[in-house]
Amino acid sequence: MNPLFPALRFRPLILLLLAATLAFSAAGDTDPADPSQVQVPPPPFSDGIFPCSDCHEYMETNPEIRELEDEHTDIHLHHGPKWCWDCHNPDDRDYLRLADGSLIEFDESYKLCGQCHGPKLRDWRLGIHGKRTGQWNGPKEYLLCAHCHDPHTPAFKSMKPLPPPVRPENLGR
Amino acid sequence: MAKPNAKPTDRSYHRRSFLRLAGAGLATAAAGVFSGCDSAEIEAFFQKRFKELSREELNAVLRRLEEKHARELGREVTIRATPPNEGEVYGYGLDLSRCIGCRRCVYACVEENNLPRQPQMHWIKVLQMEKSHGIDVYHSNAYYNPETVPQEDYFYVPVACQQCRQPPCIKTCPVQATWQEPDGIVVVDYNWCIGCRCCMAACPYGARRFNWTTPRMPPESVNPDMEYLGNRPQMKGVVSKCTFCIQRVRRGRYPACVEACPTGSRKFGNLLDPESEIRHIMNRKRVFILKEELGTEPRFYYFFAT
Repeated sequence: MNPLFPALRFRPLILLLLAATLAFSAAGDTDPADPSQVQVPPPPFSDGIFPCSDCHEYMETNPEIRELEDEHTDIHLHHGPKWCWDCHNPDDRDYLRLADGSLIEFDESYKLCGQCHGPKLRDWRLGIHGKRTGQWNGPKEYLLCAHCHDPHTPAFKSMKPLPPPVRPENLGR
Repeated sequence: MAKPNAKPTDRSYHRRSFLRLAGAGLATAAAGVFSGCDSAEIEAFFQKRFKELSREELNAVLRRLEEKHARELGREVTIRATPPNEGEVYGYGLDLSRCIGCRRCVYACVEENNLPRQPQMHWIKVLQMEKSHGIDVYHSNAYYNPETVPQEDYFYVPVACQQCRQPPCIKTCPVQATWQEPDGIVVVDYNWCIGCRCCMAACPYGARRFNWTTPRMPPESVNPDMEYLGNRPQMKGVVSKCTFCIQRVRRGRYPACVEACPTGSRKFGNLLDPESEIRHIMNRKRVFILKEELGTEPRFYYFFAT
């Protein structure tokens, strides 16, 4: 008997298991590549800005691409996405919207960033990307992408360096 | 052999009287030398090498040092001698595509490790190199001070003790005051170091520092959580260096520089754990070490995460 081919009597069972695996993998809104959520501190919202529905529940949605004049004038978009609705959900502002239309909470915003920055998201999950605090042999503390990269102008800001070391010839003085 | 009724002309009598005189002289000299010392100083003088101390003797040493530092700094401190953990060998990763040369790691290290402020001592040195020349330590600049970092055309390479697998420094120490622990950290016993600086000459990375004068630091900024082989205050005439924050990592915490880095360029983990971030980095990224041709086999891995 050829070891590569299962015995005839097992084939229906194997087909059944295969079908079940396919069925269950497509079910629900959990991405098979993302079986576990990552514990993160709360998103870095400005004071009072969340929940967005406090204001937006009673306002009309304007889909026109324009310069904002009344509110959110401090947000300047210098990023790949060209307009608010590329990431934000027009129907319920308390959620973000992925490219396939599914909604995610603000504290899962890494999934949204990961749509375009896939390798960075993979690195972040492994701990290679991003600041790490906590215990290296225990619960590590992750930060959201938004904690370091402002999602609207993500380029890392340059900063003033701390003072250089004293030259050895000046050390005693 | 001496006869019981030795007469003054017998040679054995001369030997005995000489020995008596020499013994008396030595006792007087010792009394003179130690008369100004209290019992703690005498104990310190006769302290054995760290590796030869029994647990009780080690605890006595730690208590004595705690009292001494509490007196000098005006606050309570705890000094531990944490043994290495089984199955842990530490590795460090540094992402050169993310380091912006801000030096937050340098000063976090100074705070955590009770380094002297007067004269200034930094265990980490950040070298600014030109992108067009690549890694070129000889032409690097540690004293850069522009308005903002990172500057165009430059990249930044922080250097500290590489905790080599084949450390040249421990081979040169004439008194074996520095050695490598099983978890990979190269440590210095400050009480045994004689200050000859052979290890400083041997280190190809310039990682070791020497206390040329009595080190001073403001008592209010002392970190009271100390380790005997790590961040306790040093004395004049001893060598010290980065210990991967031995007082933190043996308890599972990240080194102070890893936690201080604002761009997340610093990575730390257990090389023996295949799920640690340092192992993931080594499997996936372009990793290199400094001065590979010398065969020191450092445990400090530089990489580009882009």
